[in-house]
Amino acid sequence: MELLSAPLQNDFMIRALIAATLIGLTCSVVGVYVVLRNMSFIGDGLAHASFAGIVIAYLFKFDLYLGGLIFTILTALGIGAVSKKSEVSLDTTIGVFFTAAFALGIALMSRVRTYVVDLQDFLFGNILAIDRTDIIIIAVLALAVLAVVMVLYKELLYASFDPVSAAASGLPVDALSYVLLVMLAVTIIVSLQAAGIILVAALLVTPAACAYQLTNRFAPMMLISALVGIGSGIVGLYLSYYLNIASGATIVLVATACFFLAMALSPKRRSLLSALLEARRTEVRAR
Amino acid sequence: MSAPHDHDHTHISPTAVAHPVGHAQLVAPAIPHLHGHEGHDRLRRAHTAAAGTAISVAGVCAGYFGRDVLDEVSFQVAQGEFVGIIGPNGSGKSTLLKVIAGLLPVQCGSVHVFGELPSPSVRHLIGYVPQSESVNWSFPVTVTDVVMMGTYGSLGFGRRPGALEREATERAIDQVGMSAFANAQIGQLSGGQQQRVFVARALVQHPKLMLLDEPISGVDATTQHAIFTLLEDLQRGGTTIVATTHDLSCVAEWFDRVLCLNHSVVAYGPPEKVLTRETLSATFGSHLLLGAGHGD
Repeated sequence: MELLSAPLQNDFMIRALIAATLIGLTCSVVGVYVVLRNMSFIGDGLAHASFAGIVIAYLFKFDLYLGGLIFTILTALGIGAVSKKSEVSLDTTIGVFFTAAFALGIALMSRVRTYVVDLQDFLFGNILAIDRTDIIIIAVLALAVLAVVMVLYKELLYASFDPVSAAASGLPVDALSYVLLVMLAVTIIVSLQAAGIILVAALLVTPAACAYQLTNRFAPMMLISALVGIGSGIVGLYLSYYLNIASGATIVLVATACFFLAMALSPKRRSLLSALLEARRTEVRAR
Repeated sequence: MSAPHDHDHTHISPTAVAHPVGHAQLVAPAIPHLHGHEGHDRLRRAHTAAAGTAISVAGVCAGYFGRDVLDEVSFQVAQGEFVGIIGPNGSGKSTLLKVIAGLLPVQCGSVHVFGELPSPSVRHLIGYVPQSESVNWSFPVTVTDVVMMGTYGSLGFGRRPGALEREATERAIDQVGMSAFANAQIGQLSGGQQQRVFVARALVQHPKLMLLDEPISGVDATTQHAIFTLLEDLQRGGTTIVATTHDLSCVAEWFDRVLCLNHSVVAYGPPEKVLTRETLSATFGSHLLLGAGHGD
């Protein structure tokens, strides 16, 4: 008990735990759509794209968060429009856009002579540096994303599973994928402070991929994903506190451990295994 | 000829890229079926008597990224008819279905469904059954979940399906004989069962027109028969049905009229009029001639 309560004496730890919970929840819920639509690359892509927005905001002494948010949303919409209007696949479009934006960020940053500590935090994340204002911004944006998921739950489900039939039955499938892209942009910006540009994709993909191993139903998948996301956020923070290692990396590693555990316990895998054993047994009997 | 074919398929169904020898093998059994099936003939006459046009396609060009897959396609389907669209892979069958469903804008010409332009107001009259390759079958949804999706279009945003929708879903699943599998994950079903689930999803909204894209592709003969029997039941209830297929063995037996498509309309009419060696080779190209030669 002492082990759990001792870190809470520090205000920064309480703020970090609140942030980890909100970020873990939002990422893992949105991540379910990312994994099921086979667009895992988008997390990495948009996170890297945000870097250019953050650097631009820094150069113009603009709010870093807001600058990153606007730039990332624009990149997300650009990726959506180009992949829809051209014959280039979504993955390729992401590949082109995010490297371009990241290169722009590096080019701009190379013009800044002084060592930029704030930008360093965006690259690797520093959840312990989160202040009161950050918490409020994170909470508002996270709740907005979760509210959109609640309202559009069935539409996003249908459009993700079978976009052609969803469109045929009158759902605005294109608009829905733009909504999803904007939600992803917001989620990634919200999560940057926890995991940084390099690792944020893991918060999106790993809990959902873990949940996917454990269930055949959509709603339970979202629930398990959320639990894994929140759980690895909290467990990762405590581990990083006691082992004195980087918090973002620890959270990602805990989520990854959950993923491998789920793979080992997966009923899908078990059924495959038992099918193989059964086949083996009939083979033996046949002899 | 091969370039537009490849192009078409990269957009409709990347995984379904043709089995080049398929047509040649399947043509032979189609010819002997040309006559007979009196029961179905009676049904056919009964429905052609019913007045009204379900689909009217006039001079339609359409395609993807500026390249036309359909070239001045015109034909009409009367209400209550069962029409088959045949043609080789990449000939524009799926594109034509999408144009009728209002999923793809036309570059020229016009499409009317029950006298109206395709728009959200007629969408609920159309039940669309996509190619099974267009869907990720490992998606974590059950048969009930998938069929329930058929009710989403008429429910508003933020509204969850209620008792009414659940009842309609159950009825549709029962109608296609899949009640025993209501809680199965869709990936555990056979190809024919997956098709029936898709048909059930279309049935939930009580469509007046069913559009089916390759409903019998990759299923065995028994399952084909089961699916067509189901569709014939729907037709008896007054539903207009249009299905694409590149499998000719079923054409003469089940369809009232056949549209031979190869980017433009090669022939359109009752199977016994349309299924001549000349129109088939014009539709399917040289590999058909090869297949027919072997059959002789």
